[in-house]
Amino acid sequence: MASSAREKDGFREAVLRLYRTTAFRLSAVYLLIFVAFAIFVLGYLAWNTRRLLDAQITETINTEINALAEQSRIGGQRRLVNIIERRSRQSGSFLYLLVDQKGDAVTGNAVLRAPVLSLRPGWTELVYSRPDENEEARRLAKIRVFVLDSGHRLIVGRDLEERAVLRESVRRARGWSLLMVLALGAFGAWFVTRRVLGRLDAIALSSGRIMEGNLSERLPVSDNNDEFDRLAVHLNQMLDRIGGLMAGLRELSDNVAHDLRTPLTRMRNGVEESLRKASTLEESREGLEKAIDEADQLIRIFDALLMISRAEAGNLTLATQSLDVREAVSGIAELYEPLAEEAGAVIETEIPADLRVAANRELLGRALSNLIDNALKYGKPASGAAGRIVLSAHAAGDRIEIAVADQGDGIPESERQRVLERFVRLDPSRAKPGFGLGLSLVAAVARMMGGALRLEDNAPGLRAVLVLPAALVDDPRDVRE
Amino acid sequence: MAGPMKILVVEDDDEAGRYLQRALGESGHVADLAADGEAGLEMALSGQYDVLIVDRMLPRRDGLSLIMALRAEKRTTPVLILSALGQVDDRVLGLRAGGDDYLTKPYAFTECLARVEALARRQNPQSAQLSYRVADLELDRLAHRVTRGGEEILLQPREFRLLEYLMRHAGQVVTRTMLLENVWDYHFDPQTNVIDVHVSRLRGKIDRKSGAQLLHTVRGAGYMIRDNGK
Repeated sequence: MASSAREKDGFREAVLRLYRTTAFRLSAVYLLIFVAFAIFVLGYLAWNTRRLLDAQITETINTEINALAEQSRIGGQRRLVNIIERRSRQSGSFLYLLVDQKGDAVTGNAVLRAPVLSLRPGWTELVYSRPDENEEARRLAKIRVFVLDSGHRLIVGRDLEERAVLRESVRRARGWSLLMVLALGAFGAWFVTRRVLGRLDAIALSSGRIMEGNLSERLPVSDNNDEFDRLAVHLNQMLDRIGGLMAGLRELSDNVAHDLRTPLTRMRNGVEESLRKASTLEESREGLEKAIDEADQLIRIFDALLMISRAEAGNLTLATQSLDVREAVSGIAELYEPLAEEAGAVIETEIPADLRVAANRELLGRALSNLIDNALKYGKPASGAAGRIVLSAHAAGDRIEIAVADQGDGIPESERQRVLERFVRLDPSRAKPGFGLGLSLVAAVARMMGGALRLEDNAPGLRAVLVLPAALVDDPRDVRE
Repeated sequence: MAGPMKILVVEDDDEAGRYLQRALGESGHVADLAADGEAGLEMALSGQYDVLIVDRMLPRRDGLSLIMALRAEKRTTPVLILSALGQVDDRVLGLRAGGDDYLTKPYAFTECLARVEALARRQNPQSAQLSYRVADLELDRLAHRVTRGGEEILLQPREFRLLEYLMRHAGQVVTRTMLLENVWDYHFDPQTNVIDVHVSRLRGKIDRKSGAQLLHTVRGAGYMIRDNGK
């Protein structure tokens, strides 16, 4: 008993599980719709055919009665009886009956099961039999009762066997077609389950493996280029991007570890040394001041890294405003002009008036100051002549390009992408001050304002181009402070 | 130099708070300490402080909300916001809430002190005068004229603004970032000595002929214009 109950439970479980699968539900709905549609079509056909048949029968009976009534008017009762007798003998599905006032049959080929006098003039469907048949024969007919001028009743009808045959054939067709529909539905269900949901299952399986840590795995893509392939391709692209971000993060933390460790070590060594060696107050002061300088450098690196990672996280919520490019750029140029002079370089600006960029003044200033800083550091002409740093700008479609060009060694094309990465320094000796964050910081800042940084050859030298969105002409923010 | 100031430090980190309190005391000021936003607001509302130093992230009531509540009570006590959040928009948010200046942690104490003193001076109605005078150096804001010992010195517009800012804060230390912020209106950290070059140019113009040096470099902090004779 217990085991059978358990079996029943197990069975119920299995049915429930089946019921819960999308495949089952989809096929059930599919089947239901199919069947409903088939029933509707068949029903409509049958109903329409029957209506047509009925109309035809009515039409022929009317014609017959009119003809007979006409004959009776022309030739009287005798002629009518003759005609009816003649027609009754012909085999066919018409039935005739002429009844006198008392209800007795005068002539005809039908025996009615109902008292004739109770029939009202007009249309009826009733059971009849042929006079030569036995009592059991029952046929259905549609008749019309017509009262003649003489008071006799003329009944003309037509056997409805045809209609019954039709109905029977429709019923058979319904059975067959339902069977067909069920077979088709089952096939559809099989197709959906095996082909379509199978693909989904494959995707689910792969993503499960990816979640378990196998991050290099990708979802299967067939050659069909259908919805599932598009989904899988998109998911794969997403995985690639995530992988890239994670690789970037890993690289960043490696680099942070390395590049923060170096100055941290330097700082620690310095402090230790002054602790050990400093005999005078002045000497220990010096050591402490150096330590503070090193700490400040560390904070700068840290801030730059934060900014870069924020830009990379795609958090572009920063408000931009419409800025006059000439004003913004020459402000920075003017800030750096004395420094450039001291370094034996000149800063020139070539910027047309009425150029407006949608940017954040602060960030644009930071980006430009980094680029000028770079140009001052690395942009000295190899000949030793005074360097020329040219700041220029022009509109390019809906973008504004602001360029900082120097005449130094430039950056070889193969390295241009790489220098935008964090902590990449082309100077292998790392002799010049800097952390290799400058250009990647500028690129990050540009990205935060919806723009980009492009590096070009200035032949000779480097041309760093900030590509930023142009300000809309009727920007409501376009008001000078 | 302005006399001793009464300063309220609202900082939840006990060590950082006591450090500020001690350092401000050593600089000749009196500092009180509040450890959370509610206590800080209550003390600030008593109105006895010249400047408030408010940390942005505080227990019970955060720094920005403290400042907004204070401003809602029509108190104009200058506020220096200290924050570990140093992104461009964080700063804008802080100033919009009613803060007067913003300093990102970690900071140099000299920077903090210079800013606090500048804020207190800003409250002083005498601060925006029509002309400034330090020893024999005179700056006329209306005529845009600078003279030293009666002799006119020609300055570029930016140099004029630089000198104006320094003279308005005569006797006070002005840091490089304060100069970049107030003269150039940029709030980033110039990684090179851009400001130093500007100041030394200015010094060349105003201190060249006369013997007495007025524009001094304060080691490890910034610059100060000061009459040595006084």
